[in-house]
Amino acid sequence: MNEHAIIVVGGGPAGMAAAIAAYDRGVTDVVILDREPHLGGILMQCIHNGFGLHKLGQELTGPEYAAVYERKVAERGIKVYYETTVTHVSPDRVVTAQSRQGILKFKAQAVILAMGCRERSRGALNICGSRPAGVYSAGTAQKLMNCEGYMVGKKVVILGSGDIGLIMARRMSLEGAKVEAVCELMPYSGGLTRNIVQCLEDFGIPLYLSTTVAQIHGDKRLEGVTIAQVDQRRQPIEETKRYIPCDTLLLSVGLIPENELTRACGIPMDPITNGALVDDTCQTAVPGIFACGNVLQVHDLVDYVSDEAERAGIGAADLVLGANAQGELVATKPGNGVRYVIPQNVRKAGQDVSLFLRVTQPFGKVKFTVTSGDQVLAVAKRLKAAPGEMEKITVKAEQLANVTEPIVVALEEL
Amino acid sequence: MNYDVIIIGAGVVGGMAARELSRYQLSVCLLEKENDVATGASRANSGIVHGGYDPEPGTLKAKLNTIGVEQLYEAAQQLHVPCLHNGSMVCAFGEKEDPAVQELYERGQINGIPGLKILTGDEARAIEPQLSKAITSVLHVTNAGIICPYDLTIAAVGNAMDNGVTLKRNFPVSAIEKGENGYTVTSAKGESVSGKYILNCAGGYADKLAAMVGDEYFTIIPRAGEYILLDKAEGSRVSHTIFQVPSEEGKGILVSPTVDGNLLTGPTALKVATPESRDTTPAGLEQVQRLAAKSVPSVNFRQVITSFTGVRASEKGGDFIIEESKNAPGFIHVAAIDSPGLTCCVSIARYAVELLKNAGLALEEKAGWNGHRENPHAFREMTDEEKNAYIRENPDFGKIVCRCETVSEGEIRAAIRRNPGAMDIDGVKRRTRGGMGRCQGGFCGPYVMALIAQELGIPMESVTKSGGESFMLTGRIGE
Amino acid sequence: MERNITCIICPRGCPMTVKDVDGKLEVTGFSCPKGEKYAIDECTNPVRTVTSTVRVSNRKDTMVSVKTAAPVPKGKMMDVMALLRKTAVDAPVAIGQVVLTDVFGTEVVITKAID
Repeated sequence: MNEHAIIVVGGGPAGMAAAIAAYDRGVTDVVILDREPHLGGILMQCIHNGFGLHKLGQELTGPEYAAVYERKVAERGIKVYYETTVTHVSPDRVVTAQSRQGILKFKAQAVILAMGCRERSRGALNICGSRPAGVYSAGTAQKLMNCEGYMVGKKVVILGSGDIGLIMARRMSLEGAKVEAVCELMPYSGGLTRNIVQCLEDFGIPLYLSTTVAQIHGDKRLEGVTIAQVDQRRQPIEETKRYIPCDTLLLSVGLIPENELTRACGIPMDPITNGALVDDTCQTAVPGIFACGNVLQVHDLVDYVSDEAERAGIGAADLVLGANAQGELVATKPGNGVRYVIPQNVRKAGQDVSLFLRVTQPFGKVKFTVTSGDQVLAVAKRLKAAPGEMEKITVKAEQLANVTEPIVVALEEL
Repeated sequence: MNYDVIIIGAGVVGGMAARELSRYQLSVCLLEKENDVATGASRANSGIVHGGYDPEPGTLKAKLNTIGVEQLYEAAQQLHVPCLHNGSMVCAFGEKEDPAVQELYERGQINGIPGLKILTGDEARAIEPQLSKAITSVLHVTNAGIICPYDLTIAAVGNAMDNGVTLKRNFPVSAIEKGENGYTVTSAKGESVSGKYILNCAGGYADKLAAMVGDEYFTIIPRAGEYILLDKAEGSRVSHTIFQVPSEEGKGILVSPTVDGNLLTGPTALKVATPESRDTTPAGLEQVQRLAAKSVPSVNFRQVITSFTGVRASEKGGDFIIEESKNAPGFIHVAAIDSPGLTCCVSIARYAVELLKNAGLALEEKAGWNGHRENPHAFREMTDEEKNAYIRENPDFGKIVCRCETVSEGEIRAAIRRNPGAMDIDGVKRRTRGGMGRCQGGFCGPYVMALIAQELGIPMESVTKSGGESFMLTGRIGE
Repeated sequence: MERNITCIICPRGCPMTVKDVDGKLEVTGFSCPKGEKYAIDECTNPVRTVTSTVRVSNRKDTMVSVKTAAPVPKGKMMDVMALLRKTAVDAPVAIGQVVLTDVFGTEVVITKAID
């Protein structure tokens, strides 16, 4: 049994930022376990730029953003176990992992879960038709192209206008593939505006909203897809069916936090975020176990992942140092127009607390109101709000002090 | 070389026949049109060991089912194929259907099936609390079980190969010629092998092969069954295999745990044009969900991992056709093997061997025949201490490739190396479960491709999903 | 002339309109000066950063990621790609290392280190 103060599960942007923050807070005995032979996680295949504008004040590619944190990990001498897959985390913080060295057991005072997320697969979508080669989740295609140097196809249809799908539309176009269409089931895109502009409009790739892939054709390799507009129940409309010949279908239809370890540990989960229920230090309901990054909630920007992970790292370090804030927990709840709020509990500990949330659908000008009973804790206005873009609202410590009722975040359209 | 026996079709029946024949001093060649074994009906079916109450008494199906159950359990044990005696329940919904349960019970008694019981709805719900309140009576079939059909096929073929049988893949038979000393079988690519006796185990194509030797008295009707597979989170929804009594909507949709701990629902029964059909349809998937919920209303279809279609090789007579050709001596048809074909695969194989013997094939037992196959999943069943010791010897077993199903590099390499070796992505998936979990190969796909390329000594661009033209990649970047 | 442009400077994505008023471009709908500048640039000289990969010649089947150090004219993206296709580097490489110079007024640099 290896004993450490803090064990971080996952060495992507969340894991690295959490480990660094914990170290800088005064807990130097931090280790990172990662299943890959290198740190950085999914950033290593995200060779496009646009990372770090908020956090680092410069526009970097994924590997460059990762390198900034990787250097900090190395400078601090934080130990990293590479190619080490965690297979179990127990509520008493025994972490079991497997590597070429064997089955490894670790015991920690605090565990930070930072396993990231996975892509929804074709199976989960139940798209009808055959099962040929050439149907990839967008991230898998991205890895094959950007890390391994292979083309996955020449004539492409993309289902889902999530950011990875948009980025891959541009990437494949640049490498000479013909991207025939991006189909989005919803009446709006889930991707960032800059990606719609720079990845689709720049290349003249049509984006079909309220449209899905109704059928997959081809025996051995994909030969084409039938696309169709959908009705209000999101079912394909027969008369709108149209066949597009293609050899590749990329799926960018959503990300799911990879919480198998979390669930097996018995940590209570939020059915909306598919992540753990946490307090404002990212601590789950199991004491000493924290969660941050895409395993907690799927983020749109890595900058916010790093921010969240820093809070988790600091929270874990404070717990280890016995300096964790004391105070009563108050629940948060999504109100009108708000899909979820993280953290699901905040501690009345005399500190400002940031609430992170997503709206249920695209809105124009809105006003967010944070209330507890009759008391208004904070108000924030936005020129527009969309489900694809996380909102942050800060509640001042003095506002929190007298709160007893659950804190509700709601919006009204202006 | 002139083989003693050529078996055409490496499904579960062909594979099991190969294993049975490998007991004797014979040269046996198993021909398969695809890049892997178990790609037809044995690839995707319900995976049920049927108790034997269902076949019409006096039919070949009834006879082979009754003796086949124990034979299958025994073979599965020798081959280390996971098999669960979970029992099944056939449910009636209301007074109108109750007599059907009684009828199946009586049929089972005639067929000589042990351990059949009729339960009331409440008695059944006491054992299976998730069963619908609308269920009024249940036939409890205690000898029934579940097994993975392709796992069994792979093991049977592997064991046959270990005992000297030759497997030739990518050999789609296009012509059969009768010669002086048996038959010459030619593939669409012009390759040919000859043998004294032939077993026609060609599943959906058994009628086409029969026609090649002038037998046109039966026609295979390919019938597609669509299934939905759910996450392990749903795997313990029921412990028995839950059937419905036959109704206007067909033989009913089952809800069953799988040996791997998932939940399986299906199948539909739709006549299709070709045995190659892999298509799932909106209507079919809707029907599966609706009828599964009829038996077990709590099944959570948001936990779907994948849906798939399997094709059974039915025939209008309804019974198995296992007999020597009247036109071609020594040519034995093993055709129309639909349900309960999986249950009967051993009894069918032995019956076919008997027919070969009657046709003149000399069966002399081979010294040193070993019917046991090493457990391919031995590693994952080890304790932590045993795993540690094993990894020290074989470090590749420590490196996890498929995180969803916890499959190591060592297990994947072994699946490519041992008989019958995986040669494509689907082959690795079937042997190791790698890529079969929640992410459906999203993370491990590229890694598995690289391992296949490395082990087979081929470039990445030549790696296929399922042989033939099913290439995963279209080239290198910038070329 | 009138053109609608969605601002991409920040996630807010302001919907802007650019009008040609007597030879002078006028922008409406922006919320910050960066947005206004972006709108005018998009109409007069749109530029993009190109990110891609180049071959590592002394490593088997290995690519390394690169980017243009500054944005290039939007219309030249495919020309940059053509140049990159003909380019190879030898490992080790470090982030920021220049791979190509004088590429439409900028350089192409490495974005991922290979030891």
